[in-house]
Amino acid sequence: MIPYAISIKYMIGGYAVIFSILAIYLVSFFVRFRSLQRDLETLQELESEDK
Amino acid sequence: MKPQPKALTFLTLLSALFLAGALAMVFLYAPLEAVMNYVQKIFYFHVATAWVGMLGFIVAAVAGVLYLIRKDLKWDIVELAAVEISLVFFLIAIVSGSIWARPSWGTWWTWDARLTTAAILELVYLAYLLLRQGIEDPERRARFGAVYTLIGGISVPVTFLSIRLWQTIHPAIIGTASAEAQGGFDMAPAMLHTMFFALIAFSVIFATLLWQRIRLGKLAEQVEQMKLKISE
Repeated sequence: MIPYAISIKYMIGGYAVIFSILAIYLVSFFVRFRSLQRDLETLQELESEDK
Repeated sequence: MKPQPKALTFLTLLSALFLAGALAMVFLYAPLEAVMNYVQKIFYFHVATAWVGMLGFIVAAVAGVLYLIRKDLKWDIVELAAVEISLVFFLIAIVSGSIWARPSWGTWWTWDARLTTAAILELVYLAYLLLRQGIEDPERRARFGAVYTLIGGISVPVTFLSIRLWQTIHPAIIGTASAEAQGGFDMAPAMLHTMFFALIAFSVIFATLLWQRIRLGKLAEQVEQMKLKISE
């Protein structure tokens, strides 16, 4: 049997890693989304200036 | 860019609720396993993330086939979205499995059939992302991606069946485990309910992320087209 103290330490570590990877992905997702939206707005302004 | 559809907002909220529900079931409903106790609770998210990881690679292969048949770039966006999300979930499955293995097997990693095929699967799709970036022509890139995900898709059943095809220390949760399997356990009904709830929860999360990532892909395509239009 795995001692409780060791077992709980690895469980916390496991869930910390799971949520950290998910959080990093979600942050990268929102950063890319905002950056693309900003690019689109700038390009639309440039296009309207050209007209 | 069109505003977020109401159905997607609903699906996003549903995903958050499912994730909270899965966590509640893992920590409040599922009983403590007799030998591994707390660390066994990693199992629920480990299995669920591995499941959606493999599901996404299959979705990508299907999108690849649809691209090859219809030559519509929207299927390339779907394919890329599925691969990207699956890579994240499969990475979670590999890392969480490694953390669970340390107290159960006494090692972080072993070149066992299941672990090796899982690592190869992750690397195959990581290479897909890197190789795509080297192709500038969108149609050539889409054609390459479609063929690659179709061939890469073969590694999904190989990884899934590896615990039945070769002798392995990785436990088979459903069905008969290999005689060498270590860290396996008999599932109480509450454990089974929790596992299936986590599988459903992560499937909903996958669908939400896939939809969101497809929107991101469409936005990127829109920006690309605007750039071309202005530069002409």
